[in-house]
Amino acid sequence: MNTPISGLPLLLSTSLKIAIMFGVVMLTVAYTTLAERRISAFIQDRLGPNRVGPFGLLQPIADGLKNLVKEEALPGTASKFYFMLGPMLAMIPALVTFAVVPFAAPLPTPWGVVDMIIADVPIGILYILALSSLGVYGIVIGGWASNNKYAFLGALRASAQMVSYEVALGLSLIVVLMMAGNVTLTEIVWQQQQLGLWFALPLSLGFILFVISAFAETNRLPFDMPEAESELITGFHTEYSAMKFSMFFIAEYAHMLTASALMATLFFGGWDLPGSWDDAFWHQGELIRGFDASGAPVAAAPAVWKTLLTFAAFAGKTAFFLLLYIWIRWTLPRFRYDQVMELGWKVMLPTALAYVMVVSSTLLVLDQVGVSRFFQGLALTGVSGMCTVAFVFFLDRGRIIGGASSGRRVVSFGPRPHERGAAASKGVPTGD
Amino acid sequence: MAITTVVIQRPDPEQSSYLRAAFKGMALTLRHMVNPTTVTQQYPEEQTELSPRWRGTHRMEVHADGRPKCVACGLCPTVCPANCIRLVGGEDDQGNRYPIVYEIDEFRCIFCGMCQEVCPVEAIHVGRDFENAEYSRDRFVYDLDRLMEQDHPTTLLWDPADPASE
Repeated sequence: MNTPISGLPLLLSTSLKIAIMFGVVMLTVAYTTLAERRISAFIQDRLGPNRVGPFGLLQPIADGLKNLVKEEALPGTASKFYFMLGPMLAMIPALVTFAVVPFAAPLPTPWGVVDMIIADVPIGILYILALSSLGVYGIVIGGWASNNKYAFLGALRASAQMVSYEVALGLSLIVVLMMAGNVTLTEIVWQQQQLGLWFALPLSLGFILFVISAFAETNRLPFDMPEAESELITGFHTEYSAMKFSMFFIAEYAHMLTASALMATLFFGGWDLPGSWDDAFWHQGELIRGFDASGAPVAAAPAVWKTLLTFAAFAGKTAFFLLLYIWIRWTLPRFRYDQVMELGWKVMLPTALAYVMVVSSTLLVLDQVGVSRFFQGLALTGVSGMCTVAFVFFLDRGRIIGGASSGRRVVSFGPRPHERGAAASKGVPTGD
Repeated sequence: MAITTVVIQRPDPEQSSYLRAAFKGMALTLRHMVNPTTVTQQYPEEQTELSPRWRGTHRMEVHADGRPKCVACGLCPTVCPANCIRLVGGEDDQGNRYPIVYEIDEFRCIFCGMCQEVCPVEAIHVGRDFENAEYSRDRFVYDLDRLMEQDHPTTLLWDPADPASE
């Protein structure tokens, strides 16, 4: 019975998966906007929108209806075609990226076992990298076509920021690929199950770099340079109103959702839950959970409750990272633009490069020594832990994020307390 | 006056920790997130306690037979600093003065309450009320009928037991 689904049922099940996942993603995006507003309100000792429906739960629907029937303003000087194209280009890649993320354990049906992923393409991560960088075209085209200097500056910043952090993002993914030995996301989840460790432990610094880059890629605070309300009005979507603005908004939250799902999948085991009860993988057209001592495959036992439970695990992990996005946005202030660039090129890129070297040489040494897979994971956990401590230590001295004037005192307001005695003995008037 | 130097205590960039400050901030926001101490007032359900000195929308006192108490003496339009009261007085055949036109422009009014203070017959009052939204601007010029229809309480500055404040 553990054979993959095929033929007409495959077509139907895939269409159904696409429809359901599209609905789930759009609903999650809508309710993330509500969560953002409510949580930000709690953080600031307010209540947030709580009028529409119980606890304000119908607020996203009211927002959507309002934006649909609102009058759209089209600036007279804007380039109409590209002005229309911008929001679409921003929204589509954000939604399409979700297609390659596995979201639950395989589901058994009377027609065969259905993989809980829309498209298990063999190029998994490459597809995500390609599409997530396409998202910036929507922002650049929208900002440029608006014919507004603030929108243009926002678009310019978005492209510069994407270029800077895409490199670190890609490099932090390389360590994951080295550990998993494959670029398919299902395979990466399976490797984490086999290892018995989620990659966040053996690749802790890679995870930190990925989270920082993902924040920059999704243009969320503290990296929301393209919007930067205090500097650029609202940046690239200054001229947009009604549903077109809404599409940019949906795109931002869909990007957040995808990035959260990726963090969960790549570093926190995806839909995996601790324990090996949900292990299952395809071996020569048969869903198995491993091999017995003689090398014969052991059939896996897919079940509906397993699918539901693993989906809940995946949703929970993703929700945690969405919460992290919101939590950080309402805590940290925005970086200055030069600080963002400095962090990207002078910290993230060299750190990621060095970390790739460290991980690859550690893996090589461990392979040569010939230790077990689990011990490799443990050893790598130690090495990565040291790398993380060193990274945090150097970052923490305020040498780089401190910006252009850190460590240099241009204006001095009198002698500092510990210099006061020395200044007085030299006869320098201190005035107090 | 001697020029003095203020030594501002600033953390040394070499000593200060960006990440520790960031984590402290995260902890603070988390505390508020899980245990929000909201100060928001849920307005239509929770009403504000008005101050005893509150002066709001006007009302005109009426006699038991439904006539306004106003005797059209002209003191309130004279004393009004915002010049928002329009009064045209008339006299009936018994020689009683009464207002033919009495209008208060609530937009121009600064709610100083001097009309109430100056009124010799305790006819015009400011009230304990602020919920006076309207759909059009001209609805904010209250005529005599409207002023007599107002049913909110008068300000606590005026004590009905001691109408002349003696």
